[in-house]
Amino acid sequence: MKWLFKQAKALLSVYYAHMVEYRAEVFLWALSGSLPIILMGVWTTAAGEGNFGLEPIDFARYFISVFIVRQFIVVWVIWEFEKEVVEGKLSFALLQPIDPVWRHVAMHLSERFARLPIIPFLVGFFFLLYPEAIWFPSIPNIFLCIIATAMAFTLRFLLQYTLAMFAFWTERAAALEQIYFLFYLFLSGLIAPLEVFPPLVREIALWTPFPYFIHFPAALIMGLPVNFQQAMSVMLAWGVLFFFLNRWLWRRGIKKYSGMGA
Amino acid sequence: MDIITVENLTKIYPVPIKQPGLKGTLAHFFRRTYREVKAVENISFQITTGEIVGFLGPNGAGKTTTLKMLAGLIHPSLGNLRVAGYLPFRRQPKFLQKTSLVMGQKQQLLWDLPALDSLRINAAVYRLPESQFQRRLRELTEMLSLEDKLTQPVRKLSLGERMKAELLAALLHHPQVLFLDEPTLGLDVNAQGAVRDFLRVYNERYEATILLTSHYMGDITALCKRVMLIYEGKLIYDGSLEELLARFAPYREVKIELTQPIPKSKLVQYGELESVEGKQVRFFLRREQLTSTVNRILTDMEVLDLSVTDPPIEEVIGRLFRQRNAQI
Repeated sequence: MKWLFKQAKALLSVYYAHMVEYRAEVFLWALSGSLPIILMGVWTTAAGEGNFGLEPIDFARYFISVFIVRQFIVVWVIWEFEKEVVEGKLSFALLQPIDPVWRHVAMHLSERFARLPIIPFLVGFFFLLYPEAIWFPSIPNIFLCIIATAMAFTLRFLLQYTLAMFAFWTERAAALEQIYFLFYLFLSGLIAPLEVFPPLVREIALWTPFPYFIHFPAALIMGLPVNFQQAMSVMLAWGVLFFFLNRWLWRRGIKKYSGMGA
Repeated sequence: MDIITVENLTKIYPVPIKQPGLKGTLAHFFRRTYREVKAVENISFQITTGEIVGFLGPNGAGKTTTLKMLAGLIHPSLGNLRVAGYLPFRRQPKFLQKTSLVMGQKQQLLWDLPALDSLRINAAVYRLPESQFQRRLRELTEMLSLEDKLTQPVRKLSLGERMKAELLAALLHHPQVLFLDEPTLGLDVNAQGAVRDFLRVYNERYEATILLTSHYMGDITALCKRVMLIYEGKLIYDGSLEELLARFAPYREVKIELTQPIPKSKLVQYGELESVEGKQVRFFLRREQLTSTVNRILTDMEVLDLSVTDPPIEEVIGRLFRQRNAQI
């Protein structure tokens, strides 16, 4: 346990330093997650002219929540892993007595810390432009949102890392992410809150992992009604499934690894 | 005591076959065919604790594939191997604590950070207590003359300094078995010498076993008493470097400087003509014919200078590999 703590500390502190080296890039990444802000403009205008079950102000709060949640669930492990397999860089990680996944986890978590100071500025800037959207979420809702976001990140990472395992066979596993992204785009609540979906589509979507990546944490922080128990159960079930699938693919994939270029 | 034992080791890769042109591309898209390539074929050897062994062979001979199997990076297709008492491909933590692989053309250090940061990760990953980490760091830094270099970003280091920092990172956990794949690739003569000196001292001080591949014969002659030659996946020689040279280099190199150039057609009658550059001529002459041929040269031609030496080891090995069907 003492060593686990020491390893976590070393990995996080070094990768944080690494991310800070790329601070300008991290700032641009944070800005590139501004799609919800654009969609907010579209939806608040549309809500003023039609009946979508949410008021324009709700759409504004929803999309700023989406913006915040997305900052914490960004995952890029598939591109990193694919590169490692294709270029043979995975070899170095395989030579060390620690599972290569922990370096990726540390990299992602450190990037969150590097990104953290930028988020309040962007949110503050938004509220400056749109002061009527300001709201104060309750403490329990903030707490539940933090749990939901942490779980969303874990599940999203696990799912993408599982797809990344196909790099052992196809060497272009990132193409799978493009298909997966299509579902993610429509079912996660990124381009529209689930509340505007037809009831049947919404019902089906809630059994997939996608709405729990964005819609669920965003709905929690703005106080929209959610089935917390069902959400946690579905996330857990997908998490367990992808965990075992990941380990199964890893064991088979590593036998295919040829350490190309290294 | 043998620390590495390899028996009938084979690695087969499936390689896709594609014919050129649109037809070939379409056929390849719809029906992909493969052929099996034996990168390593049925090789066996043992290495004793503390030995430094040179692994020689032309590009694509199977040297790196063998090293990767020994280091546990890739699974062998057939055969048995044990390194430090472990099956490498299982990559058990205790095995990984005892071995290391350095690849001259690849780097593990984080490019934008000082090497010390990467070393801190390695210390934690290999579970080195802080005092031990500091002690080993001091010791290896001194051996590699890397003082005040470890706090600079890796990208600011010279190629030689970077290679030495890579070695430091690979040896921080004091591996018993060290695999080196082209450790001096691209380094200048001074840096090559520094890396060789370090490896010799490391081997003597810690009785570490080293298996090294290199294109620079200087690495092999400076470090290895024993060499293994691999060609087209097969081990064609395993023995001492001296015996290899005696067996495969029954030649002497004769360099002469003439008073005036002589056509090649006239020079070839004296022996194997290696090169002619104006008045400078190089021959390879068999040892038993050396005296009589040199006498003939001195009688027939006006010679300003003449020297007889052993041919460079690169020439010997290159010559050996060129004899594709040599019976050994």
